[in-house]
Amino acid sequence: MPDHDAIRCDACPVLCYIKPGRTGACDRYGNQDGQLVRLDPHVVLDRAVSRGDSVVPFLERNRDWDGNIVSGPATFVTAIGAGTTYPDYKPAPFIISSEVAGVDMVTVVTEGIFSYCGVKVKIDTDRHLGLERNLVRAKGEPVGHVTTSEYGSQMLSLGGVRHLTGGTRDEGNATCETLLNLCNGKAAELTIDEGADVVVQAGKPPVVNGVVEERMRVGCGSATIGMFAKQWHEKIDDVVVVDDHITGVLSEHQAGKMLGIPETGIKMKGRRSTPGRYFRVAEPGTAWGGTKITDPLSILAPFNPKIAWPGLRLLMVSTTGEHHAYYELDDALRPLEKDLPDSLRLSVQRIKENCEPALSTVLFMGGAGGSLRAGVTANPVKLTRSVRDSLTRVTCGGAPVYVWPGGGITLMVDVSRMPENAFGYVPTPALVAPIEFTLKLDDYSALGGYVDRVRPLSSLLNDEGRRHVSARAENPWPFEDKSRRSQS
Amino acid sequence: MRARAQVRVLPDGRRLHLQDGPIDIVLQALGAEDQIRRAHRTAADRFVTVLDELCSELPLLREQVRLGGTEPDGIVARRMFAAVVPYAEENFITPMAAVAGAVAEEILAAMTAVADLSRAYVNDGGDIALHIASGERFVIGMVDLPDRPTLLGSLLGSMTLDSNQPVRGIATSGWRGRSFSLGIADAVTILAKTAAMADAAATIVANAVDLPGHPAISHIAARELSPDSDLGDRLVTTAVGGLTSAEVSEALGRGSACAERLIAPGLIAAAALNLQGTIRVVPSVESPKMALSSGERSLAYA
Repeated sequence: MPDHDAIRCDACPVLCYIKPGRTGACDRYGNQDGQLVRLDPHVVLDRAVSRGDSVVPFLERNRDWDGNIVSGPATFVTAIGAGTTYPDYKPAPFIISSEVAGVDMVTVVTEGIFSYCGVKVKIDTDRHLGLERNLVRAKGEPVGHVTTSEYGSQMLSLGGVRHLTGGTRDEGNATCETLLNLCNGKAAELTIDEGADVVVQAGKPPVVNGVVEERMRVGCGSATIGMFAKQWHEKIDDVVVVDDHITGVLSEHQAGKMLGIPETGIKMKGRRSTPGRYFRVAEPGTAWGGTKITDPLSILAPFNPKIAWPGLRLLMVSTTGEHHAYYELDDALRPLEKDLPDSLRLSVQRIKENCEPALSTVLFMGGAGGSLRAGVTANPVKLTRSVRDSLTRVTCGGAPVYVWPGGGITLMVDVSRMPENAFGYVPTPALVAPIEFTLKLDDYSALGGYVDRVRPLSSLLNDEGRRHVSARAENPWPFEDKSRRSQS
Repeated sequence: MRARAQVRVLPDGRRLHLQDGPIDIVLQALGAEDQIRRAHRTAADRFVTVLDELCSELPLLREQVRLGGTEPDGIVARRMFAAVVPYAEENFITPMAAVAGAVAEEILAAMTAVADLSRAYVNDGGDIALHIASGERFVIGMVDLPDRPTLLGSLLGSMTLDSNQPVRGIATSGWRGRSFSLGIADAVTILAKTAAMADAAATIVANAVDLPGHPAISHIAARELSPDSDLGDRLVTTAVGGLTSAEVSEALGRGSACAERLIAPGLIAAAALNLQGTIRVVPSVESPKMALSSGERSLAYA
């Protein structure tokens, strides 16, 4: 049924086919030259404290007033839907003045087209997703790579100018779509070369090879031995905590020695680092402790008959407590699996409890180039300096950002703190992200801002074309600096 | 992390706005404060699954309804089906002709089932379901063009509905609206027992306002504009040139004849047909319920 030039909109389950120049059933999404674009109105952020004219979030009206006295305007104009500064010499679409605690403030609001941008995805899992530097693909196209892992988490670096515009058209489109989905809080299905298939979505547990990851480990195998040694003391003769990184053995580990736990004659495969700590007991994988192991005994060599004794009790457990097995040695010193005694069940449970819920989290990272800065001031470098000197606050859709030190304005923002559907794209392909610069009117004037284009906040609010959303409670209010917040 | 459906209180603090995909609702409940809160909460709870329910059997809902054909399962879908089936024998119609009215009705029913309200309305893109408790009344305003909802200056007039009248649904259809029309009416507004019934009838009557073969009327196959339209290859109106007053009268005559036929079986209570500024009201005798007056409270297309 679909026409060759119609595109399918997946913004909602109606899944309209939309012809070029037309909109879907909702009138909110349209086909612009073969690309799905959002036609939503411009978003303004409302602080949910004041009553009266402000839009307040549903069901939050009954919440008790928190005692804060709002010292600034209760509405902040975001850049979402504001439009861009293209061509570059144009002043930003909206330069808004408001009075905050007696000081005239200006917010310069624009949507930036970011070719130099990407996302860093932190996936809380010990499971092996792929080797560092391996390609991450979406729809078969390379969209990023596996980067240095962090404690308890695997990291992906997706997007970037090379994938967006430096490769084939399909590669660029797949990259743009992946970034857009992740930034707008939707799921992305990714495949890692020689690695796992993962589904990631900001704020949701990752799905690795079809299995939902529930918990992230509390520490490596060695650390887990250290943390729980005391709880195991006198309940068991030896414990192995299986980990792709460092597997720990209680009787050999410093923590076991300190408690006077005797040698057991256990022999581990793998490379010993320091006593009781082993590297590479098995290949990485998605089973026990991020290894390939499904039978934990496969990492043990026979016990030393001079030291071990029949009836020796051994617990093997993974770093998240998800996998565990209990053994007792028979007369030939071979481990036989038995039911986990109740006295040990609690310690396995405790390892599990100490593992936090596993999430995927997404930080958008992009650089505001000279063009975008030129929309703020005729002298772009002055804006950079003003941001450096903390005279100008940068926000994305009202959410706080981290501005990377050094030259330019390279920023990172947690996409889950931004209003929904804050990102768009252009067919270049490149991402469209909202960015706002808030500073004192005096400072704006001093850095060569477009003072003649400043308009009062009130001139926007009666316009039906604005979408009001309530500010997120966890975000600092863009007009308020931290010192003032701490006093309230 | 983010629900697709949006639920928010509008700036006046009294109206609730619900949006999900193409469904866009503004509703208001009147009564005691706790009852309003309860009604709002229930409306939001009911609303968030409606689009998914409809989409689960969307292909069936886009198919022509034939007597003895497959009936849909969903509660909203069944309201749609029931509203269009009286027309199935003589007309091409799909359940989608009543989708907006049926959704409005469903949300209203959810609210009134749990809350004691004096009055309430659920306005789903211009198709409105009403609740009027005994002794209460609503004053309804009309605007002339669905795509230009400017209330001031273009208010056609208003009508008063009280609890004794059997009207709980209002719907408007026309070629300028969001949905396609086979006819040339700028707007046909229907009053009926329920919003879904009004919605279905508005489609049928607006289709009937027509001048077949007139050179000033442009058509295009619905599929050309929207490949998955339930109207398929049927020609929908894209432009209507200037018509003489005789032509306007002829087209309105076809439409009002159609509307008159729907009154006796109880499918509609009244209709107002607008073509190029000329308005025809059915039933033709000026009745109290269609009297034009300036009311103190008006509803406009949201």
